[in-house]
Order: sequence, then structure tokens, then C-alpha cells
Amino acid sequence: MSDIKIVEAPEGIEGQGFFATSLNTVIGMARANSLWPLPFATSCCGIEFMATMGSNYDLARFGSERMSFSPRQADLLMVMGTIAKKMGPILKQVYEQMAEPRWVISVGACASSGGIFDTYSVLQGIDRIIPVDVYVPGCPPRPEQIIDGVMKIQELVRSESLRRRNQPEYQALLASYGIE
Amino acid sequence: MALTHEQVLGRLQSAFGESILSNSLPYGMLKVEIPANKNVEVVKFLKEDPELQFIYLTDLCGVHFPEQTGREVGVVMHMHSLVHNYRIRIVYYMPEQKTEVNTLTEVFAAANWMERETYDFFGIRFTGHPDLRRILNVDHMEMFPLLKQYPLEDSSREDKDDRFFGR
Repeated sequence: MSDIKIVEAPEGIEGQGFFATSLNTVIGMARANSLWPLPFATSCCGIEFMATMGSNYDLARFGSERMSFSPRQADLLMVMGTIAKKMGPILKQVYEQMAEPRWVISVGACASSGGIFDTYSVLQGIDRIIPVDVYVPGCPPRPEQIIDGVMKIQELVRSESLRRRNQPEYQALLASYGIE
Repeated sequence: MALTHEQVLGRLQSAFGESILSNSLPYGMLKVEIPANKNVEVVKFLKEDPELQFIYLTDLCGVHFPEQTGREVGVVMHMHSLVHNYRIRIVYYMPEQKTEVNTLTEVFAAANWMERETYDFFGIRFTGHPDLRRILNVDHMEMFPLLKQYPLEDSSREDKDDRFFGR
């Protein structure tokens, strides 16, 4: 027997020759286990992320084998490191270029709140320019913490309703950030 | 032929006399203060003088000493004579109300970005500069952050209690 663990089938009605479940759960499962991350790494959290991607911690186990260096083909924006105010518009543009559905994880104290850089040139948290789904604390966080954050994202993705992105609440959220 | 401090200072004093306001040797490096309006003249002399040949502009930046009344804001330049491996520091001060000085871009092309940086952080206007705009900070910034009347901290931060962070 192989010791490779594969994702279990969602709840459903099973009989001889058929299996029925809701489309929501199937798509959620598929999305959660094939997230393509876009690493936006600017400093030491990015170094921790390299370890996370490497063979020891191996983020690929979670279906994130392929780093997407084009925002067009990415599902998950991972912001790791200090974002200067001058970098802000660029980060926002990267986010805008991603296709729906898209998720954002903010790794480390600097990306989440500005961290120790309470200064005129540093953006005090990326949630001032783009909506964030999961925050990972730490300065820098260990790879385990980053993996935990990605697993939290997977949970969100798995349970997200297919209609969520069309709801007025979501549109209002984007509008509050000035994103079309 | 190595240059000595006396040689360089003597050469400057014979060329500019009273305009060499003061000189000292902090950390074993010659520092010379000149009037701000003589900057181009002196730098040009240092660069073109066959004996000195300070042909390399190492650095140009600003300083702010609010307690020096009438000469609060200054420009510090480091020049290097590659031929003699000798370095010199040139300083000139301006009053806070009128921080304007002639550009050195015509003497050293390297001064272009350095002067933009100095303008960006200290608000010193270099008259005659071909493209004087901010270089490192965001374009819409409304202050010159290294002048001491402006706060270092980002005013929009909400998670810090002023009582504990000494603001």
C-alpha cells in the first residue's frame, strides 16, 4: 500500500455506479487542492517562504506545486515582507490583474501591520489597499506558520459558496478599496 | 605623490582666501566649510585643478541642525581624488527659510540623482537642476521627511497607544 494520502470524497449519496453531491463542494474541493500561489516576496518573510517551498516543508503537498509568476494565472496572492508606500500601487495592480476567484494571504508582521517599520515610507498593512483573507503573524513566521496560513486559506476556499463573488457584499468590499 | 592635508588646504586657501570659512580634521579626513553660493566654483576648482584632481563625487547629501540659527540646513559632499587616493569633505549651510543653492550637475553628472534625493528628504532646491523631483519617496508626499520638524512615524497607524510609544 502506498502511504500517499489523497483527499477524501465530499459527503454525498452513493449507490451502485453513481455518486451524487453538490457542485459547490466538488468545486470547492478542486479549488482548495490546486491553489496556484503568486509569491510577492520583498524581504525576510520571503526567505522563510523559500524554505516553505523547498523539499523540507514542501508546500507542493497541498496542491500548490506551481508558483505562478503571472497574476493572470494565480489564485492566491502571498504578500511576504515590508511593502513601502511606493510599492503600494504596484501591489494593488498585481491584485487587480488576478482573475476571480482570488485570495490573499498576508505573511508576517510587516505585510499585516507595518511591523516595526512605523515610519513615513512604509505602508502600515497591506489591508489598506487590498482585502486580505488570512494574516500570518510572526517576524518572520516559521514555515510551519506559513503552511498553517495556507491551510486556513484552503479551508476558506473549500467552504466558499460559488455565488460569493457575485454578492453585493463582496462588490461593496471591493468598492471600498476602489477596485473595479 | 600623496597629497597632505596642508597641501590641499593651502591650495584652497590661496585660491579662495576668506571663502574657506573653517576647516577641521574629523576622523582624519579634511573637512572644509564654504559659503553656499561658492559651491560650484569650489567644486569645479577641486575637480579641474591639475594638482588636486578630485574627479570623483562620492556622495552628496543633506543635514539638518535646527539649533544652528541662520545656518540650519546644510549640504555635505564627499569628493575623492582617485589619482592621489585622497578624500575631502565639503560642507555648506543655508538658513532654513531659504534652502536654495546652485546645482552641481554641470560639474558632475553624478550629482543629478544625489541632488534629487537631497531635495526629496530635505527640501533643498538646487537651482538649474534639469529634473528636480522626488526620487525615493512617493510623489504625492507633502513633507520633507528628514527635516526634524516632521515626525518619523506614520500618522495613520492605529494600533499604537501614544502613551506607551512616546509620541
